[in-house]
Amino acid sequence: MGELKVINAGGEVAVTTRLSDLLQWARKWSLFQYPFVTACCGMEFMATAAPRYDIARFGAEAPRFSPRQSDVLWVVGTISQRQGPAIRRIWEQMADPKWVVAFGTCASCGGFYDNYTTIPGVDKVIPVDVYIPGCPPRPEAVLDALMLLQDKIQANDRKPIVVPPHLVPERAPGRTGKGKS
Amino acid sequence: MSQAVLDRLSTQFGERVLETSDAFGDHEARVAVEDWVEVARFIKDAAELQMDHFIDLTAIDYPERKSARFDLTLTMRSSVNGGRIRLRTYVKDGEEPGTLSGLWAGANWAEREVWDMFGIRFKDHPDMRRILLYEEFVGHPLRKDYPIDKAQPLVPYREVSEIEKLAPFGIEEGQPFARIDWESRLAGRDQQVSPAIGVQQGQRRALSDSEAAEQIQARIEARMAAEAEAEKAPDAASEEDSEA
Repeated sequence: MGELKVINAGGEVAVTTRLSDLLQWARKWSLFQYPFVTACCGMEFMATAAPRYDIARFGAEAPRFSPRQSDVLWVVGTISQRQGPAIRRIWEQMADPKWVVAFGTCASCGGFYDNYTTIPGVDKVIPVDVYIPGCPPRPEAVLDALMLLQDKIQANDRKPIVVPPHLVPERAPGRTGKGKS
Repeated sequence: MSQAVLDRLSTQFGERVLETSDAFGDHEARVAVEDWVEVARFIKDAAELQMDHFIDLTAIDYPERKSARFDLTLTMRSSVNGGRIRLRTYVKDGEEPGTLSGLWAGANWAEREVWDMFGIRFKDHPDMRRILLYEEFVGHPLRKDYPIDKAQPLVPYREVSEIEKLAPFGIEEGQPFARIDWESRLAGRDQQVSPAIGVQQGQRRALSDSEAAEQIQARIEARMAAEAEAEKAPDAASEEDSEA
């Protein structure tokens, strides 16, 4: 969270901060996800969502299969041209504030599908906040992406970002460059 | 077994079986397009053949061939006798072979796929629509004259020029099969892909996507100019300092 101020008045303790900081803090720890799973990356997504990696640590364990109830759209897998209108519409149905994660190379840039069938990256259709490279990415990379997204939410930063490879959190403290909580 | 099928076909249809082949153990007969349905029905129904299993129907495009552009191939198997056979025919562009969907229900979708990908229509087909692509799609992508990198988006692509982002990943981000890093390629620093992948992706796109390349080139030049100015500026400042 942003700047915290502790007021101690005769045993009664109060903590103050900015309302916007408090709001962003609440948002980043309760990300309801909409998994738009189309391809083999879905296996790795399921692994990430399974107990071993405990995505509930980040408050992002609840999938909502209605876009109207979700905050994060996970685009997991290859998006064909024919799916373009569908994913666009799902994104439009989500209530603000909303974020999009491109999971894997196909969702990020089309991967090796360089032809008539495939949208070369879902960012051609909807704006993307975090890109996860990998074919498919490991669950660690996915959790890195989730933490990056949390940092971006806290900092109110909508600039797209790519998850760097082999990121060891303690070696890369200020991952987004700003707004580390 | 399959050789017996070919012999049986030859005795039944005589000259109408144009040629037969057993290369590499694949038994194959070629007939004229007018005989297509009749021969297929015989292969399926004749008591001693019983090729009741429809495996696949597809087409091959030979754009350089003057007589008939397409080959239509039908692969069948007998669940009774275990043999397998392939039936081929020549199809001219625009010609309509008869449908096999009355013989095998599975031929229905296979013929729709052939229509979708190659543009061969089938006479008397119950539902001759595209099956994989969308109705708005123009052309048939598995014809060899369809441009290999031509996409027909249903949703117009966003204008993303204002977003500071690599056109996504380069090899340094663990993506050996990534799209080409245009900026380094145009700046002559193109070390990021293996030669084979570079030929497959980079050179072709470099030729076909010239407008995008020009835009990126302009952006690089603008940035290099800005960097050069930024380098000059502190020099001038330090000179002033030394003079003072």
